[in-house]
Amino acid sequence: MTDERNADDEGNVGDVGPGFMEAADHSVRQGIQGYLMGFALAALLTVASFYVLHTTLIWGPGIVVMLGVLAVAQIGVHLVFFMHLTTAPDNTNNVLALAFGILIVVLIIGGSIWIMNRLDERLMPIEQTTGQTMQMP
Amino acid sequence: MSATEVLRAPHPHEFDPYKLGHGNGGGHHDYATGHGEGGPASKRVIVGYGFWLFLLSDIVLFSCFFAAHAVLQTATAGGPTGPQLFDPFSVALETACLLTSSFTCGLSAVAAGVRNMLWTQVFLFITGILGLAFLLLEAHDFAAMMARGASPQISAFWSSFFAVVGCHGGHVTVGLLWLGTMMAQVFFKGFRPNIMRRLVCFNLFWHMLDIIWVALFTIVYLIGEGR
Repeated sequence: MTDERNADDEGNVGDVGPGFMEAADHSVRQGIQGYLMGFALAALLTVASFYVLHTTLIWGPGIVVMLGVLAVAQIGVHLVFFMHLTTAPDNTNNVLALAFGILIVVLIIGGSIWIMNRLDERLMPIEQTTGQTMQMP
Repeated sequence: MSATEVLRAPHPHEFDPYKLGHGNGGGHHDYATGHGEGGPASKRVIVGYGFWLFLLSDIVLFSCFFAAHAVLQTATAGGPTGPQLFDPFSVALETACLLTSSFTCGLSAVAAGVRNMLWTQVFLFITGILGLAFLLLEAHDFAAMMARGASPQISAFWSSFFAVVGCHGGHVTVGLLWLGTMMAQVFFKGFRPNIMRRLVCFNLFWHMLDIIWVALFTIVYLIGEGR
């Protein structure tokens, strides 16, 4: 158990998976500062999202885009400050898996919205079709 | 210049800030673990990676619910629409609860990192209380919506709404059960390596729930209201 503990906790300074806080050269103060920073940034972005909804500062249709940008920014803050996703070499696998996950999510959500909107455009509204059939003798 | 001099690598710390050549200072002296001759990566890295893959697959699951909800935005079938029944204040309160719980969960990880039993338990407990407050608020919201005629069977819009928000709420419920289990395990078994790895996984899970909630309040509540 001692060996495992050493290998787990004292070695591998640059060798941390997502979510793991404590490497050898991280003090408690640094850890708390990191989470405080993430919390402040995330709170700021959340408040901005709720504020943007009712603002007249931005052109109406742009609000949805702005909300999307704020959400993506906040997810980024969470990944970096809370889940400790870094560019360190031992995080390469995690980052690659995340990239693949984002690809799938974009395909599912973007593809669904795209296809269903095109279908809506191509199909005639129901009232119109029923009106036409009723007019036909 | 002899062959041995050419082959000899310079001292890695001079040019290798990420210790690609010296993954750890321990047993495998000259190689990073997880890189070929360096041997397998440490168990913590592997466990974190595996759980990360599970979380990503969970996010893909959620993306299907999100896609359904986005497609069914206007399918209210003459019934009440979302903006008529959403309570922005309650959503803001739920967001605050979950974000703060994510923060205290991180603080519990810091405390567990230095093996401080008291603060680990205190922060885990606060995390649980905030998670429970979130769930109660959400249940209250659901009850209020149903009382005003928006149950899942009213229209496709409300079906997809209760599916995506309910799925997140279900995840929070499971997370709370896990949280209670972890508090008991940390208390009775101490900060053993396997318990520490479970704490890492729980932290990742809880932060992932907050990420899903960010997407959820943006897509379902804010953008839904903006339309």
